[in-house]
Parts: sequence; C-alpha cells; structure tokens
Amino acid sequence: MSVRVQREDFDVGAELAALTAGKTAIGGVTSFLGLVRDMAGGEAVSAMTLEHYPGMTERQLEAIEAEARRRWPLDEVLIVHRYGRLEPGDRIVLVATASAHREAAFESCHFLIDWLKTRAPFWKLEATPEGERWVDAKGSDDDAAARWET
Amino acid sequence: MKVLYFAWLRTKIGVAQEQVEPPADVTDVGGLVEWLKTRGPTYAEALANTAVVKVAVNQEHVPFDHPVSAGDEVALFPPVTGG
Repeated sequence: MSVRVQREDFDVGAELAALTAGKTAIGGVTSFLGLVRDMAGGEAVSAMTLEHYPGMTERQLEAIEAEARRRWPLDEVLIVHRYGRLEPGDRIVLVATASAHREAAFESCHFLIDWLKTRAPFWKLEATPEGERWVDAKGSDDDAAARWET
Repeated sequence: MKVLYFAWLRTKIGVAQEQVEPPADVTDVGGLVEWLKTRGPTYAEALANTAVVKVAVNQEHVPFDHPVSAGDEVALFPPVTGG
C-alpha cells in the first residue's frame, strides 16, 4: 500500500529502503519530508494538532497518486501523512517517488506535495503563546498547485 | 443526509457530525448551507462567509452548485492546510 495516514512517526530510511527493495529497474528516488516548524507568522509554535477526514483523506491521496502515475512513468509512489498532536521538529509528511530516471522522480514528487497541500483534507491547529488558532490556507499554496494544472 | 464539520467549522457549530433532513427545496450544496444557517446562531455565524467554506459530497471536492440528496455524506470545512 502506497498511501498511509497514521498517528505514529515513521523512519524515513526504512521507508525508502522498503520502497526500492528488490526493484532494480529503479534508477532514482526523490523524497520530500515535511516537518513542524517552531515559528509561524512571527509567533512561536509550541505544538500542532492535525485533524483530518478519515476516508476522504485516503481517497484523495490515492487520487493524487493515480494522477502522478498518469503523468510520469513511476515505479513506486509513497505518501505517509501523520495526524494528531505534533511538536516542532516532528515529521508530518513523507512523499517519495521512484522511477528509472531522475526527471520523473523529481517532478512527480514536487507535484504530489503541491497537490496534497490543496486537496488532502487535513487542518492544522497551532498552539501559540496567544492560544490555539487554526492555520489559514495560503494563497501561495494555491499558486504552487495551479502550476501543475493541465 | 449526513453532514460533517471539520476544523473551526466543527468548533464553532459544536458538533462533528449530524443526521439532517432538509426540506425538499434544498437540492444543491448552496441551498443546504443556506438552510443550515437557519438552524441556529452558531450555524449562522460559522457559515456567514461562504467564501471560506469548502465542500465535499461523498468524499469528493465539489462546488456549491453540486446537487445533494437524502443519502449523501456532505462535509463542510475550511480550506485545507495539510502537508
């Protein structure tokens, strides 16, 4: 299974090793690892809670993966996204793509994280010294996703 | 019809999900949202600015003119912020 939504942390090295194990047609892997930052909008963030829509989340991530496979010749795709309470430095998301050649791996990985940010139903609640606040969506994320529109 | 709320829509309305039976003249998402606003002040406040309300019907993103019917699962939520 190449899409996982989980509360637990993941081991990047083990995930990438498992992705390519025994698949010697793969020439390259690109990965993106998203982490919780300790600052947002000039304010300190002490923790972040990720809420999601069970069922729809998996469905949307699978649709995004299918779109990437339609656009690029990919041997493997992995999307792991966490939910629940996370602290600065914690891993949030891992996207990895494997292909015979680097172009497809680089481009599809970039595409996947851009589309995931605007389509996968996750919402971040930040804890700051001023209290908790729901993170607003960024216009720059829409712009990043829009460049992949065909 | 099952309606789910997420993030600040959930906290403002005060429920995560509920079963509703809108009147027969509610045929699309926009109509459903207008009807939900009449259910109480928390609904009216949470749904006041529909520019920041996104919708999924049966777990697919849809626009406000998308049809809704009795057996649907409708989710209302702010723009997503994952990744």
